Formats: sequence, C-alpha cells, structure tokens
Amino acid sequence: MSVSVGAAGGGSSAGGGSSARGGSSAGGARLARVKEPALVIAIVIAGLWILFNLISFAFAEAPLATLGRAFDGTWGTSYGIGQVLFKATPLVFTGYAFHIAQRAGLFNIGAEGQLALASLCGGAFAAWLPAGTPAPVALVLVLGVGAAVGAAVAAPPAVMRARLGVHEVISGIMMNRVVDVLVPFTLATVIGASSLRTADVAKGAALPRLDVVFGSLAGSAASFAFPLAVVLVVGLHFWLMRSRVGREMAWVGVNPQACRAEGVPVGRRLVLAMLLSGAFAGLGMSATVLGYKGYFEIGLGSGAGFAGIAVALLGRGNPAGIVAAAIFFGTLEQAGLAINARVPKEAMTVLEAFAIVFVSAAGRFARAGDAGGQSAGEGQSGGEGQSGGDGQSGGEGQSGGDGQSAGDGQSAGDGQSGEGAAQEDGAGQPHSRQGDGALKAGHIPGDGESAKEGAS
Amino acid sequence: MSGVLSLTMVAETLRISAPYVCAAVGGIWAERSGIIQIGLEGVLLTSAFASVAAAHATGSAAVGLATGVMAGALLSLGHALLVERAKVHAIVSGIALNLLAFAATRLALRGLYDSASNSPGIEGFRFGPVGAGGVALLGRVLADPVTIAAIAVTAATPWLFRRTRFGLRVRAAGENPDALGAVGLSVTKIRCLALLVSGAACGLGGVHLAFDQHRFESGMSNGRGFIALAAVVVSGWRAGWAAVACLAFGVLEALQIVLQDELRSSRAGDLVQLLPYVATLVVLGFAAGRSRAPRGLGGGIAG
Repeated sequence: MSVSVGAAGGGSSAGGGSSARGGSSAGGARLARVKEPALVIAIVIAGLWILFNLISFAFAEAPLATLGRAFDGTWGTSYGIGQVLFKATPLVFTGYAFHIAQRAGLFNIGAEGQLALASLCGGAFAAWLPAGTPAPVALVLVLGVGAAVGAAVAAPPAVMRARLGVHEVISGIMMNRVVDVLVPFTLATVIGASSLRTADVAKGAALPRLDVVFGSLAGSAASFAFPLAVVLVVGLHFWLMRSRVGREMAWVGVNPQACRAEGVPVGRRLVLAMLLSGAFAGLGMSATVLGYKGYFEIGLGSGAGFAGIAVALLGRGNPAGIVAAAIFFGTLEQAGLAINARVPKEAMTVLEAFAIVFVSAAGRFARAGDAGGQSAGEGQSGGEGQSGGDGQSGGEGQSGGDGQSAGDGQSAGDGQSGEGAAQEDGAGQPHSRQGDGALKAGHIPGDGESAKEGAS
Repeated sequence: MSGVLSLTMVAETLRISAPYVCAAVGGIWAERSGIIQIGLEGVLLTSAFASVAAAHATGSAAVGLATGVMAGALLSLGHALLVERAKVHAIVSGIALNLLAFAATRLALRGLYDSASNSPGIEGFRFGPVGAGGVALLGRVLADPVTIAAIAVTAATPWLFRRTRFGLRVRAAGENPDALGAVGLSVTKIRCLALLVSGAACGLGGVHLAFDQHRFESGMSNGRGFIALAAVVVSGWRAGWAAVACLAFGVLEALQIVLQDELRSSRAGDLVQLLPYVATLVVLGFAAGRSRAPRGLGGGIAG
C-alpha cells in the first residue's frame, strides 16, 4: 500500500506528463494515482459537509434547505454557473501562480499584494490609454503592465531569497503589507483619484462578457477572462514542462545542490520562478479590472491571493486540477452570496479555511508518511544507482521517471532500468526527460553522479 | 510639537504597543519551539472576540480576560496539533487560521449580535485615576490588569527560556528536536505546550485590543499580527528586543495621533505606516547569513 500510494504522491507532485510515460511498469501506481485524489476529495467533502451542517443548524436553518439555496445560486441556473466562473477566474490565475513558485520550491505568499498593485497599475494604465486604441493592442499592453507590476512586487522577495537566503514567506508577507499601504496612497496622491477608484478603462482594454457568445449566461459577470486564464495556464504549463528553463526551475525546487553541480544557474532560476509567479498573479487583474468592473477600486479582488494557495494545494500542481479547484472555490464563494440572507456568507469562508486544512492534512494522510518514506527510499535508491554503474546510469534515471517515487524505483527499478537504457539510449543526457524524472523523484545524489559518468 | 515629549505620549505609546508586544511574545514562544506561526493575526482576532463575547454575556471583565486568553491558547494549540500530528505545513495552517479567524468572528458577530461590523459595547476594566491629563492617562494605562499581565509575560519570557527546565526544553525543541527525542522527551508534547503559552500571550494582546476599544470590531487586529511577526524576526527571536521593536512602532503610531493636526495636511503621513515592513525587509537583508533563527524551525524562516 505505502509503495503504490507513495508512487502516486510523487507522480502528482511532479506533474502528470513524465509519469504517464512509464506505462509499462506501473498499473498499481496508476490505480493509486486515481485513488489518492479520490480519497483526498472524499475526506475534504465529508469534513466540509459536517461543518456545513453545524453552521446551518447554528443559524436555525435546515442544512438541506441551505444547500438547496446554495445550489440554486450556483450550478442550478445558468446565471449561477456564470457567476461561479466569474468568481473562479482570479483564482485560476493566483492558484497557478502559486504552483509556478511551488514547483521551484518557493512559497509565494505574496500573490495578494502582487494582484492588488497589478490591478491598480493595470487599471490606471488602461484608463490612461487613448479611447480609440484597438482592442488587441490595448489588451496586450494592459496585460503586459499587469504582469510586469506583479513581477515587480515579487522581485524583492525573489532576489532576497536567491542572493541572501532570506526566506520568501516573511518578505512576501511584508510586501503584501507594503502594497496594502501603497495602493490607497498611490490612488489618492499619485493618480489623484478622489473617489477611491480609477477612471474607466479604455474601451479596447475591456474584456467582453461571456454572454456575448453564450446567451444563457446573460446577466452573470463571467467574462472572457476565464477562457483567457485557461489558455494561459495550459500554455504556460506546456512551456514549463517542455522547455529547458522550465524544467530547470522544477529541478531547482527538488535539489539545488545537484543543480549547482550540474551547472544550472540556481539563483537565476529561483528568481525567474518567483517573477513568473508574480507576473501570473498580476495577470489576475484581467478577471476583475478588465472583465468585471472596468475600473479598479480599493479591495477589488482581495482574498484571491490567499485563496489561490488553497486552490494550488487542492489542484495538485496539475493545470486541470487547478482549474477544477478554482471552480470549486468559486462555487463556495458564490454559494456564500446565495445563502447570505439566511446564513451569513462568511459561513463559506469558514468552509474555505477548513478546506485548506483538510486538503493539506488529507494529502499527507493519503500519501502515508510522505517525508519519512521518501527519505528512507532515497538512501536505498541512491546506493542502487552507484552500484548500477555506468552502463545502467541512464536507465536508472528512467526508472525514477517511471515510478516517480523512491519506493517504486526500489521495487521495479532494476528490471526496468535496463529497458530504459535500451529504449532511450539515454545514458549521457543528464538534462533529458529521464533526468527530469530522476531529479523529481528525489534520487539526486546517486543519479546525478551516475548520469554524469555516463556523459563522460 | 509640545505634545511629543509628554506623559500623554508615553501613555499612548504603552497603550498602542501592548497588543504588538503580546503578539510578538506569542510568536517567539511558537517559533522558539520550532513551529512557524504566521497565524498571530488570527489569534489576536479570535481572542479579542472571545473576550468581548464572554465579558458581554457575564458582565465581568475578568471572565472576558480569562476567556480571551483561553481562546487564543486553544486556537494556537490547534495550530500545533495540525502541524505536528496532521503534518499540515505550518504556513498553510497559519494562512487557514487567519482566514478562519476573520470569517468565524464575522459569522459569530452576525449570529450573536446580528451585526456585520461590531459588537455591543463592554465595560472592560476601570482602574486608576479619572481625568484627562497626561498623569491620569498614564496612571490608567499602568493600572490596567491586561497591560500589567502583558508586561509580566514579556519580562518573564527570557527568564523562562534561560532558567527553567520547561523553557530550555522548548528551546531544545526549536534548535535540535532530534536531541530532545533522543533523551526520551516528546517533541510534539513540548511544542504543543509552547504553543499554548504562545496563544495565551498573543490572546492577551487580543483582549487588550478589545478592552481598549470597549467592543469588538470586524477585522480589528488590522495587521498587528504581521507587524508583530516582523518584530519577532527583526529581534532575532528574543523577547526583549521584540518588545523594543514593538515599542518603536508604538512611538511612531502615537506620534501620528499626537501630531495629527500637523500630519493631516500631507498624505505623506500615510507612508509612515510602511516603516515597520520596510525596516523588516532591510533588517532581513542585512541579517541574512548570520541569522539566529531557531535551527529546527520548519523550513527555516530567515535563511
């Protein structure tokens, strides 16, 4: 049990792409890959349901009636569906933003501030654009400003982490607070807005509502920011998985020492991951400023940054998972509004907080002692890699890539490693796909060396 | 400018700093034991609400004080259990804790008092001289049981860490949990106890906040937990220096109140609020590399 479940845990943290490659071996691992998220979801939903009942009873409402109201306000009507998508859109951005940093081993707690300042600056810039700016130009420019400002807010924690070793959480929290002070100050002093909001954005920069195409969503605030978010997430994910730089960012998160030994510029990759994360969080302004209000006001989009962390945890680093998790959280938020007359909408925020904890605890629980198991396995497989020697070194990487876990590599590794070497002719390229898998599975010390030997 | 060097200024500084100091001491207890605690904000908020709810229900400020401190301790214990037993990442748990405290207190406000913004007023403690002068103000601040408790906790913390078996064990849990385990002590148990102390100390700050305003307001902690966290890091996880950092911030805030008229003309006064955060960033930058963070602190918060 612990072996196969461990495999699933490793697989999900490393992203589906490379683990699907190893089809020959791991039927059990594949089953566990399905089972583990299912178990997590079951635990989360059971916990939330109990809590929901308690809160509903506390306000003297029948839970089922409250649930019915919540459903009517969300998935029960096409308007509700549109609203859910609208609420989910910024979370897609901030959720994936958190994931970009997380795969490099960074904890970007600053999406809240990155999104806020990007919204303000993007909104102000969009309002400053001449009214006749054609839509594509205006959109690209405004999104560029949003992304640049988001990245700029992420820059101090990123550089301090890479250069000085300052932990990004404390500096990220400080940046959030700095932005909290800067936004009203900038709005009042620099931009000179009297009414705590920017002027309306230029027509070309505004994203149309989705009901232009899907008439049944009429009245809901869902805009083209949602498909934009999905396209950007998929595109960026593809780039991160396929490009050398993108992969190096993930390896740096697993084992910086090995990366340094391999000549990967660790500091630069860390900074890049954090800046990308900030930029992506900043793009979230498209959902609120461009797609919804058409201007920025203080507090617009607040909370999306922190909720993004939960979305990323629930989404397990998988683009589809993150979009689904964002929709789940969007549903909770919209449901809160739907029940607000009888049960305060904060009930749903309470559920969100518990969802974060449940997801986090259930993930650990389902992976059954993640840390301990992995470190024990690492030692064993490291030894294996060394004994395997030159001829097998490429194949060893392959076995890591297949199973994505220390435990799996240990049980199925040897037989497979031969295959891997034969198939891929892979001895030699430490930065090839196999290397990717090996690095992610935590095989670094042994494998990195053996791969190098193979290369020489 | 005559207001700057007055007893009023001293009294205001003490009054304003107290919640920061309490939260910072709470943060030090948590992080010295090896558990990152970014949920101080949530603990402040929860204990503020609990104290007001209890004081309002019973009419007794002492019951309010006890309830607030207990609520803070329990919430903090919950954080410890999540981190130690359920293996939830301490930062994730802290974020959830802040979110929960913010939402749950609002939920309870609507449930108990049918209000979205604040609770009904409470009496709080009324000790010390009556009057408007600086002496009377200072007298009232110094006679306030919550402030006295806060000062006592702050003063006792370094002594407890240095001189008592429990304090030494807490530090061991933070510096070298393996060694603690090797001599047969439960790291989990010690961390849970440390987080109880942490929550109680931080809860004291929440009670102070609420009693000072004589009611609970939604989101009334207003970032104080984060400033306290900054003070913890800047101080190098030492209670005395953290208190000094908090007092320094209290002076700035008191200046804003005392000099309100002079500052109101220019919006630049708002930028003063940036100081604690920017100062923290700068200090972090300089302190990096020779950081004195507890070694066993999960993930290492300052390098």
